[in-house]
Amino acid sequence: MFQLLDPGEFDAAFDFEGRTISAFEGENLAAALLRAGVRAFRQTPRSGAARGPYCMMGVCFECLVTVDGEPNRQACLETVRSGMIVEAQAGSAEIIQ
Amino acid sequence: MAGESTTEFAVIGGGIVGASVAYGLASSGKKATLFDEGDVAFRAARGNLGNVWVQGKGAGGPAYADLTRQAAKDWNEFALKLESESGIDLHFRRLGAFFFCFSDTELERRTRMLSDLEASATVRSHVEVMDNAGIRKMLPEVGKAVVGATFCSDDGATNPFHLLRALIAVFRRSGDYRAHHAVESVSPDGAGFRIKTAKGEWTADRVILAAGLGNRLLAPFLGLSAPVRPVRGQILVTEKLNPFLRYGISFIRQTVEGGVIFGESSEETGLDDRTTTDVLRTTAQRAVAALPLLARARAVRSWGALRVMSPDGMPIYTESAKYPGAFLVTVHSGVTLAPFHAGPLAAALSEGRLAPAHHAFSPDRFSVPAS
Ligand SMILES: Cc1cc2nc3c(=O)[nH]c(=O)nc-3n(C[C@H](O)[C@H](O)[C@H](O)COP(=O)(O)OP(=O)(O)OC[C@H]3O[C@@H](n4cnc5c(N)ncnc54)[C@H](O)[C@@H]3O)c2cc1C
Ligand code: FES
Repeated sequence: MFQLLDPGEFDAAFDFEGRTISAFEGENLAAALLRAGVRAFRQTPRSGAARGPYCMMGVCFECLVTVDGEPNRQACLETVRSGMIVEAQAGSAEIIQ
Repeated sequence: MAGESTTEFAVIGGGIVGASVAYGLASSGKKATLFDEGDVAFRAARGNLGNVWVQGKGAGGPAYADLTRQAAKDWNEFALKLESESGIDLHFRRLGAFFFCFSDTELERRTRMLSDLEASATVRSHVEVMDNAGIRKMLPEVGKAVVGATFCSDDGATNPFHLLRALIAVFRRSGDYRAHHAVESVSPDGAGFRIKTAKGEWTADRVILAAGLGNRLLAPFLGLSAPVRPVRGQILVTEKLNPFLRYGISFIRQTVEGGVIFGESSEETGLDDRTTTDVLRTTAQRAVAALPLLARARAVRSWGALRVMSPDGMPIYTESAKYPGAFLVTVHSGVTLAPFHAGPLAAALSEGRLAPAHHAFSPDRFSVPAS
């Protein structure tokens, strides 16, 4: 579905749910996941339904993932850093003291 | 729109107050038309905290204390009825709520105020006073900066958007809802009233001004005055989090969806509903002092909204002496008092008069001659 207009050499890789995804350092995280074929970024707190990016501009909160242990990150507002650990977010986040 | 329409009751203002009254009128079989201006207006109903709040309401005015307490008691039944009629969950919960005090003097002053209030009100309500250790037993997350609190089990909260949507949805089944119909003028017209909007004119047997801050412009047309002023509140809401807040706190609550919503500022800024960083910073600092774990929560949105405040903070319910059949209704606690506006007040208005019990809320109290 998503293709690069100008395919170049990937210079970064990150982990999503145990899978290694190749990407460019500094590119948009949601875009990198979508290009790799990831559709479900999170499950809703109430029904557990799968959700993925909808607005790609930081308003819909459908793209929430956990990044390096930090929950509730909007993937469409995150940039790729090589070696980052990204997890799909199940439900709402726990607040810990 | 060509031609003219007629109605029994014209309710002007589709915020929580106007919608509650209109819903009540329609429920008692009256033909009502509800006019609302639209997104350009200042609309407190769309920016408030959603508390059904009893604690401390009516200090200095026992009639207001009784009104609030009774409305809060009626909320359960009101919510059940409106939910079954509309199919919309109002997220109403009566969990009880704390009022946190950050100093001994504050706690003492508040305890005294609440016990004076208890002595003058006739509808009972129960408040407990506790120190930090007492709070901690119920709410382990409380911060050290909190010296003590008053706790009242009558306090609750609802989702104000769901409330407004439900009121209007049920009203529309038998009433006429006119969104984007700003009323430009309303004038006595023989036995009734003539209502002018850019989209047409209506005549009504009776008219109820419930336009919040908009009442200031409309009231003089009917020989009334609406001495209300805007008082800005700024609010923040966090990302959605697993439920952790078992009780309300006067200025903090966790919504059913999981966001923590908080705000307590009061500013006299005229018709300006913008947010400012200094107030948001203080608000966030106070919230973190109350519940230190909030320091880990991300705020995702903030907004300002204008309260509709009368000179003494109490409701104004009145009928025009010059033009009987024209009423003014305005209050600062439209969420809390919704069961009263939809119930006893709408019932009285549907009979075309205010009940004697409502005379305590006449604006005559603002013009008491010096003795
Ligand atoms: C920050 C904040 C926090 C609050 N927290 C609480 C709380 O926790 N609990 C509580 O009980 N209350 C709370 N309130 C108060 C509550 O929101 C108000 O009491 C309530 O919304 C007032 O409702 P209203 O319908 O009178 O006014 P509004 O909600 O302001 O509605 C007035 C309506 O009139 C319409 N209008 C204006 N002029 C015209 C015109 N010429 N023609 C047609 N329509 C017109 C507008 O479009 C608007 O929809 C809070 C308010 C604020 C601002
Ligand atoms: S896709 Fe809408 S917030 Fe990220």
